[in-house]
Amino acid sequence: MEIKWLVRIWTRYWPMFIRGAGVTLYISIISTIIGAAIGLAIGVIHTIPLPEKGARRVFLKVVNGVLSAYIEFFRGTPMIVQAMVIYFGSAVSFGIHIDRMFAALLIVSINTGAYMSEVVRGGIISIDRGQFEAAHAIGMNHVQTMINVVLPQVIRNILPATGNEFVINIKDTYVLNIISVTELFFQTKSIAGNNFRYAEAFFITSIIYFIMTFTVTRILRIFERKLDGPANYDMLGNQMQVQKPESMLGKDGGLVGRA
Amino acid sequence: MKNVIDIQHLSKSFGNNEVLKDINFSVKKGEVVCIIGSSGSGKSTLLRCINLLEKPNGGKIFYNGKNILDAEHNIYEHRTKLGMVFQQFNLFNNHNVLNNCTVGQTKVLGRSNDEAEKTAMKYLEVVGMGQYINAKPSQLSGGQKQRVAIARALSMEPDVMLFDEPTSSLDPEMVGEVLRVMKELAGSGLTMLVVTHEMEFAKEVSDRVVFMDEGVIAEEGSPEQIFNNPKEERTKEFLKRILKEM
Repeated sequence: MEIKWLVRIWTRYWPMFIRGAGVTLYISIISTIIGAAIGLAIGVIHTIPLPEKGARRVFLKVVNGVLSAYIEFFRGTPMIVQAMVIYFGSAVSFGIHIDRMFAALLIVSINTGAYMSEVVRGGIISIDRGQFEAAHAIGMNHVQTMINVVLPQVIRNILPATGNEFVINIKDTYVLNIISVTELFFQTKSIAGNNFRYAEAFFITSIIYFIMTFTVTRILRIFERKLDGPANYDMLGNQMQVQKPESMLGKDGGLVGRA
Repeated sequence: MKNVIDIQHLSKSFGNNEVLKDINFSVKKGEVVCIIGSSGSGKSTLLRCINLLEKPNGGKIFYNGKNILDAEHNIYEHRTKLGMVFQQFNLFNNHNVLNNCTVGQTKVLGRSNDEAEKTAMKYLEVVGMGQYINAKPSQLSGGQKQRVAIARALSMEPDVMLFDEPTSSLDPEMVGEVLRVMKELAGSGLTMLVVTHEMEFAKEVSDRVVFMDEGVIAEEGSPEQIFNNPKEERTKEFLKRILKEM
């Protein structure tokens, strides 16, 4: 590896590197977000309590079965193979020629979704049953309980795992070069081939990958801290200097309940 | 006075374990009923059956004359009419004190934010937690959490309040503040059903005391009758045991 070549390749090809990095980042951001959304949705569906009998029970069982099959299949096969099957398979078997970028987003999203749904499931299990019961006790149904009580806590708890998934996506999008998506690895391959300088080109790329993953983890850490809110709370001044709580109770009679 | 809750031949088992056996029991409007008995006697299960957190295996539960176990009965609407206070508080950890009391009002009852906040503030003041509306549950003591939980239940303006051992997981010094709030509520004419191990509280505030043992109601009557003049042998034994401990 020669410094001279490092400098030459960077000064000459930096727009290509940056463009490649842009595509990599774009695919990983979008796919992580869509994947997390898929994971959350599956988590909610998986935790719907099964009715004891009836058509609804059968329907839910089928849906759960299909979702489990999806998770097992996409977790259990390499993404590079899925990319080949989906991209070339759709062209050969169905004559559908899907856009490369669309195929890339699709593959990484459903992959992330399969992993994230397990992460979300863990997150939902970790919320104590009491909060579900309390939500049910004030009349919330499953979806209301999830949206207003459970998922906000799950999202906070799974943020580190999501960050992990994001970093993995940044690195693993390189497999998309197999279907000629012009992400960072693909660009580097062309640059290296053109100049016959593999070590230098890929050294630059390794630094770019590291900058991307490191920045992402830092940003997520800041975001986590924001979500946690301040460690202290403000006390409100006592607004009832004259009235005592007891006298309030008797006065409006509101405690007797709705008639 | 009309019966708000009327339970007939209620039974409930978990697997082979029969927790409730042929329970017959009713609560009148405005009545304060305390349920006492040793652990595992089915007290909490009975309470949880009333708002269908547990599904009974048999029998009928009439609420204002309607059987809530009918398939067409809307259980979500039913639960809004019963306020429940849990042993473990079960506050929503993602919401601050105020939002704990408003989220049910806005999302379930469809009240406006303004109205929900006003109602929540009213009941938070009642339990003496009006100053803490910005605090998160994790920043509160056990007694404070339980008072917020009571305010949350009251904010739904229920017809009946169910208390499931509300002081059992509190430090002794915090029991008093929660019982004080509950005494105020009892005095205000609210219909209350309280599962408790606090015998002094039961003696003082209840209109009726129900003693449960091994899944059946062994004896019920006025507090004077149960505590001073129990008829059943097992009631006597239970009271002797528990009063000695205190």
